Amino acid sequence: MKIQQRSRLFVFIFSFLVWCALTSIKDIQEVVAGVFVATLVSIVAGKFLITSETSEHILKRILSSIRYLFRFLWEMAKANLHVAFIVLHPSLPIKPGIVKIKTTLTKDSAITVLTNSITLTPGTLTVDVNPEKNEIYVHWIDVLSTDVTKNTKTIGGKFETLLTEVFE
Amino acid sequence: MTREIIGMVFILLGIMFDFFGVLGLVRLPDVYNRLQAATKCVTFGSAGILFGVFIIQGFNSFGFKVILGIVFIFLTSPVSAHAISRAAHQSKIPLAKESVVDQYQEDNELKD
Repeated sequence: MKIQQRSRLFVFIFSFLVWCALTSIKDIQEVVAGVFVATLVSIVAGKFLITSETSEHILKRILSSIRYLFRFLWEMAKANLHVAFIVLHPSLPIKPGIVKIKTTLTKDSAITVLTNSITLTPGTLTVDVNPEKNEIYVHWIDVLSTDVTKNTKTIGGKFETLLTEVFE
Repeated sequence: MTREIIGMVFILLGIMFDFFGVLGLVRLPDVYNRLQAATKCVTFGSAGILFGVFIIQGFNSFGFKVILGIVFIFLTSPVSAHAISRAAHQSKIPLAKESVVDQYQEDNELKD
């Protein structure tokens, strides 16, 4: 089977399952409507989900993505306490600035997940990505250094190794 | 009964973090710092409120809609923050005067 068709089939099954959970089927009409909508979705947007042929190590990748999810939630809780501390502090202890970090990830989806996680973790907010040079510009609320390699380690290093296992 | 108490605790936590986010929106100096407070705290707070509702409701079609809401908040909130901050920087809104470094500006000047 070609990649595009497999992607369409996958999207169809996934969206139909979501429809079933949303409506908690009580009637045959809902099933028919669900099949119709899922077909429409998989025709219009089905080919974007799976774009490359990588099926090896699927179990390992699922395990790493679960580990990644837990680390992400932990970092996010820390981020919220950090912002709460800054906001409640009477003298607002901030030292903001925009710094540059490098990334070794190449896939678009991997970079998207990395930048979203950077935005939701303590004190950092992604401003822009330069895909040609693999650089990410990050607004940092408490700048510790302006050195690129050092910042790469402190900001992106927490996620980058795990994301490499998941995506590449 | 216990389920409702646990759900209420999550809803309270969510409201608290939403409040911190709003406080940061008022107190912090410029658009970038305000976005930091707005994205982190409001994402976590809203997710907390929705998760509390999910615990009270349990696994039915209502609860599943709530879970879907959490997923969409987590996906869209950072992307919109990124778009707003990039647009602000491109329309030359300056950083707050406490700022120490702006490597994005330096690189843009090199390109021109």
